[in-house]
Amino acid sequence: MDLLTQLLVAAISSGTPLLFATLGGILIERSGIMQLGAEGLMLMGAVIACMTYIHTGSLGWTLLAVFVVSAALGLLHSFLTVTLRANQVVSGLAMTLFGSGLSAYLGKSITGTPIPGAVPKINLGFLDDVPIIGDMFAHLDILTWFSFALVIAAHLFIHRTSFGLHLRAIGDNPATADVMGIPVQLFRYGYIIVGSMLIGLAGADLLLIYSPTWIEGMTAGRGWIAVALIIFARWNPIRALFCAYFFGAMDTIGFKIQLIGSAIPSYFLKMIPYIVTILVLMYLGWRSRNKPSGSPEALGVPYIREQRF
Amino acid sequence: MKKVKRSWSLSLALLFGLTGVLSACGGNNNNGSNGSASPSESAPASSSASESPSASASGNGIANPRVAFVYIGPPGDGGWTYQHDQGRLYMEKELGITADTVENVPESADAERVISELAQNHDIIFTTSFGYMDYTLNVAQKFPNVKFEHAGGYKTADNMATYFGKNWEASYLSGIAAGKTTKNNTLGYVAAFPIPELIYNINAFTLGAQSVNPDIKVNVVWTNTWFDPTTERNAAVSLLDKGADVLLAYQDSPASLQAAAEKGAMAGGNDSDMTRYAPEAYLTNPVWNWGPYYVKKVKALMDGTWTNEQYLGNFQDGMVDIAPIGENVPAEAKTIIEETKAKFVASDMNVFTGPIYDQAGNEKVASGQSLTDAEILEMNWFVKGVEGTIPQ
Repeated sequence: MDLLTQLLVAAISSGTPLLFATLGGILIERSGIMQLGAEGLMLMGAVIACMTYIHTGSLGWTLLAVFVVSAALGLLHSFLTVTLRANQVVSGLAMTLFGSGLSAYLGKSITGTPIPGAVPKINLGFLDDVPIIGDMFAHLDILTWFSFALVIAAHLFIHRTSFGLHLRAIGDNPATADVMGIPVQLFRYGYIIVGSMLIGLAGADLLLIYSPTWIEGMTAGRGWIAVALIIFARWNPIRALFCAYFFGAMDTIGFKIQLIGSAIPSYFLKMIPYIVTILVLMYLGWRSRNKPSGSPEALGVPYIREQRF
Repeated sequence: MKKVKRSWSLSLALLFGLTGVLSACGGNNNNGSNGSASPSESAPASSSASESPSASASGNGIANPRVAFVYIGPPGDGGWTYQHDQGRLYMEKELGITADTVENVPESADAERVISELAQNHDIIFTTSFGYMDYTLNVAQKFPNVKFEHAGGYKTADNMATYFGKNWEASYLSGIAAGKTTKNNTLGYVAAFPIPELIYNINAFTLGAQSVNPDIKVNVVWTNTWFDPTTERNAAVSLLDKGADVLLAYQDSPASLQAAAEKGAMAGGNDSDMTRYAPEAYLTNPVWNWGPYYVKKVKALMDGTWTNEQYLGNFQDGMVDIAPIGENVPAEAKTIIEETKAKFVASDMNVFTGPIYDQAGNEKVASGQSLTDAEILEMNWFVKGVEGTIPQ
């Protein structure tokens, strides 16, 4: 494998959890609700996945438990932000703090228990001889294939269905959507819950595939990167795929440069993902300085029927 | 607007509720696993600060010493803190006393606060991470009647001792296993921080491997973290991609071993026996055995013979050891390791005996000469065969 292929393979494997979290965030934010709780939801997804897998040994039960718990947390976030109209930034931060604390507490007894090979792989032997493609796609696990399908499904849903139209409407102008007869509050509940389930799945994916042992705080800031990726991707699932893989590749590029024998200090190499983040933000900001950011217009604004702002 | 305000205050109340739950969890988290009350809670309430440590004048024994341990991670990390906790349990069993523990103490001003609180109602405190050095020293100066034991550091006081071990000898043995196991003479080393502790272990690993296989090359990457499984895994995968087929990871998690197992390579970890994470891919690695030392020092406190020594353990006293050799390591390696270990136990072998050359080929240790422990503990150069750089 040459360097480029290695980077592409690493991009998919470390980018997939980011991709799930970003897609979940896009669904939530498209409905007009800010999503800053990804770090906590991912940690909860990871610890629940680990606990359930140790007790049942079944991937199906594991995913079910992750979905149920993250849906419950999503329900809490929607109750706070939609029904009580709490400040969405504060509610999101509370979700992060709550998730980190609770996951650390729940995970105490299972810390360090290994759970290898939980997710089956799909082996496409006929691809083995194809350069680059073979290395990238011949032996991926089912969750990664699911993430590919999810990107396409989310894109088609948001841009090609009437439900997607309604989703964009309640995120851009909930008052108008309300007048049209779209149940704004109900839909927001639904999207927050489904989005939270995907973010929980991101944590489960990180634990089951990438680093198969529960360790406190194992996401190490990846939830926050997912929050940034939503903005980079400008709330678009296809762009989310490329942004997530780009960051996945950045995760390992520092080690590649060390191994080439460069004289750049490793401390500096560790900053690469963050420096690239700043550069990309500057570039995107400059390029689209006269264009709308793509952000849902009512993002972060609680909707109150017949209330003028 | 009134309505909005009310919902605001309601939601704020709810958020405070959430934070309450959270901090309760955090509190639980810091508790010792032995179920004793959190020292941070009991310290301000009790009036013991005046009553006891000062009552027992130094020099006299303390019949029932109150012992505390400060940990950098959770005892379930499977590595560094796990081994210290095993040492604590061994000490409790041997001496029939119960110790308090505080987990997940960051190497920051928080550490000084935690150690100060413990010092108010304990007689001896073990601070088990290098980064606690200055904080331990500060607290030691404030509490002259409490004894402090710091792992891995080099600063002492009248009431502060240090302890560590010659784990480079175990790294040398791990190198023999790796040198006999590799098929393409390329090893990889996942290294935490560019400090002497890592550098002498990497060098010893390399020399051990070269002792059975002179063509060995060891690729080194720095992760700049003790404990971040995803970063460790990325580092390990990069080494495997570069062509290494046997890894050693001087890190606190088994992530590198798990990555190697997935890619059909072999690896070892650090600190504790990591066989259970991937038996078929496990090499071996240095392990710590702190229990006997903890027994010795607490007992010395009981007898009134405690001293502020700078203790360096080894194979002889058992503080340093090597984990069971992996099932897929060639039998030939096991024999050589047993023979070499016997020499370490008998103290008639030094890993750093010349001729040893640095990366540029300069002779650093002349034939027949050996480095002293002090020279080893401040090593800042790589031996020939290591591929990597030490950031200055």
